Amino acid sequence: MPAFILRRLFQAALVLLAVALISFALFRFVGDPVNQIVGVEASAADRAQIREELGLNDPVVLQFARFAMRAAQLDFGMSYQFRQPVSELLISRFPATLELAIVSMILAIGVGIPMGVYTALYRDSLLSKAFQALSLAGISLPTFLIGILMIYVFSVLLGLFPSYGRGDVVDLGWWTTGLLTRSGWAAIFMPAVTLAMFQMTLIMRIVRAEMLEVLRTDYIKFAKARGLPARIVNFGHALRNTMVPVITIIGLELGSVIAFAIITESVFQWPGMGLLFLNAVQNADIPIMAGYLILISVIFVVINLMVDLLYVQVDPRLKSSIQKD
Amino acid sequence: MPANPSSQGRMARIMDSDLVFGFLNSKLTVFAAVIVLLLLVSALLTPWIAPYDPYDPTQLFIMDSHIPPVWAEGGDWRFLLGTDDQGRDLFSAMLYGLRLSLTISLVGIFFATILGVGLGLIAGYVGGAIDALIMRIADIQLTFPAILVALLIDGAAHGALGGEYTEDTAFMVLVVSIALSFWVKYARVVRGSVLVERNKEYVQAARLVGRSPIAIMFDHILPNVMGPILVILTINFGLAVIAEATLSFLGVGLPPTKPSLGTLIRVGQQFLFSGEWWVVVFPGILLGVLVLTINLVGDWLRDALNPKLR
Repeated sequence: MPAFILRRLFQAALVLLAVALISFALFRFVGDPVNQIVGVEASAADRAQIREELGLNDPVVLQFARFAMRAAQLDFGMSYQFRQPVSELLISRFPATLELAIVSMILAIGVGIPMGVYTALYRDSLLSKAFQALSLAGISLPTFLIGILMIYVFSVLLGLFPSYGRGDVVDLGWWTTGLLTRSGWAAIFMPAVTLAMFQMTLIMRIVRAEMLEVLRTDYIKFAKARGLPARIVNFGHALRNTMVPVITIIGLELGSVIAFAIITESVFQWPGMGLLFLNAVQNADIPIMAGYLILISVIFVVINLMVDLLYVQVDPRLKSSIQKD
Repeated sequence: MPANPSSQGRMARIMDSDLVFGFLNSKLTVFAAVIVLLLLVSALLTPWIAPYDPYDPTQLFIMDSHIPPVWAEGGDWRFLLGTDDQGRDLFSAMLYGLRLSLTISLVGIFFATILGVGLGLIAGYVGGAIDALIMRIADIQLTFPAILVALLIDGAAHGALGGEYTEDTAFMVLVVSIALSFWVKYARVVRGSVLVERNKEYVQAARLVGRSPIAIMFDHILPNVMGPILVILTINFGLAVIAEATLSFLGVGLPPTKPSLGTLIRVGQQFLFSGEWWVVVFPGILLGVLVLTINLVGDWLRDALNPKLR
């Protein structure tokens, strides 16, 4: 067991090192950082001075070490466009993205699991077929298309929800939240549904597949033969045993949700980190790109690690198989 | 596998196989396959079937702008699906957009396949440090969604190319982004299959008669791992179409002067609020149908080639 954790930790460290290297390479070798800071008109002496100040004349290994040290302290340098520290920009945008991700994940779980259970229990009902068709559309349609569709229906035709922005935001000092105001909830509805669509269909499909598998097993037949009520068999026995893969998927998908938020944030002009990153990509604002990449990968790595550990806790069979090797 | 079955016998065997039987028995799959084929052919023949050339400014008339589809009020028979703000025929623009989207996705996936299959073969067959290196890179990349990787490559290209970023480089950047973000699945699956195959007798026999490792990899092992490669190919094709459309939609793909389907949707989105729904709805439907039908064929192929599900 400790060997397993150690191996996972080692892998996580490797991922972070690779990401730090890529970010550094982006920062150092894509475009000239000096040009970005002083502009093309600066004199040669000024440029040389800034080069020296930035430490660009030092050996590359030393530069990387310095970059990594700074990144570990959340110092990603100044944004080329905004002339502001990247960490400040990221932190100010972080609440919007996290709120969007959490609301849509709750939506995906809250709707996806019941849909999966229903389609597994009543395979041939009309509603099941409708859910199945919906799930195929959810997997196939690109996120941005779903978003535009929602804007067209709910903003343009019905005029129910605003098509962009976060609504009124309450400032809690260290956190800004849109979840305390009516307009905030109205604003988060469409982005959250759009973002949840893919995860919802994924969860539904997995719950359905796992349920079908479990329902065929002997202990379910036995439970039924004992005369246990269907509700207890279906939920107490069957659903409970499908939860292991579902938890894994939910955990792993949390990372994708944050990445896919880039697209949703772009469609709805949601002022989160994704929009900031996209803006940076379009304007070649490397410090923001590098900072976002590092932040995202830390989140990914931590989530993956937690899922791995949780997985072992939930499924005792896995524990014994790990101990064997 | 026999090297030279008589051609007639081979055709008959193919028609008689479970694969073809299953295919013809699934009406939905046949329907989806026909639509995919139809879209591919119309993309191929676009210059001949499109009524106008949307890139030719001499064919644009500002008087013809903002015309709705023929069946709506104010429609014009010259423009089946209406026009955009430039007076561009939407139907033609969609055909050219489809052609571009498909070209980029197919070329990108082609390189991704070569890269992934090649690296997977090498990793599986050679093993050792090379295997470890390739698979660690794959692991690391798999931590991130493909779209994020593609965005990052695109951003780096913007930074590196600066002012030289033009229509043609945009095409190349998209292809490279897709190739570099979709190779991982191939590499992993091919490596896994190679690990199984390389200990089989036919590989030992080939080694014994003195064939080179490269010949063994490509002549002997590769044909035996084609099944999974084919499945990943169709799945990746659908994903690549989505990736291209998404990048173009996000404004880091093809520019409005040479629109792919994603660019058309991005540009059309601005007209939603002025009631000109057709500029965005029709390209959206086309993109949706394209991805949906590709996925349907891919789903069927995955089930058909997976012996576990039989």
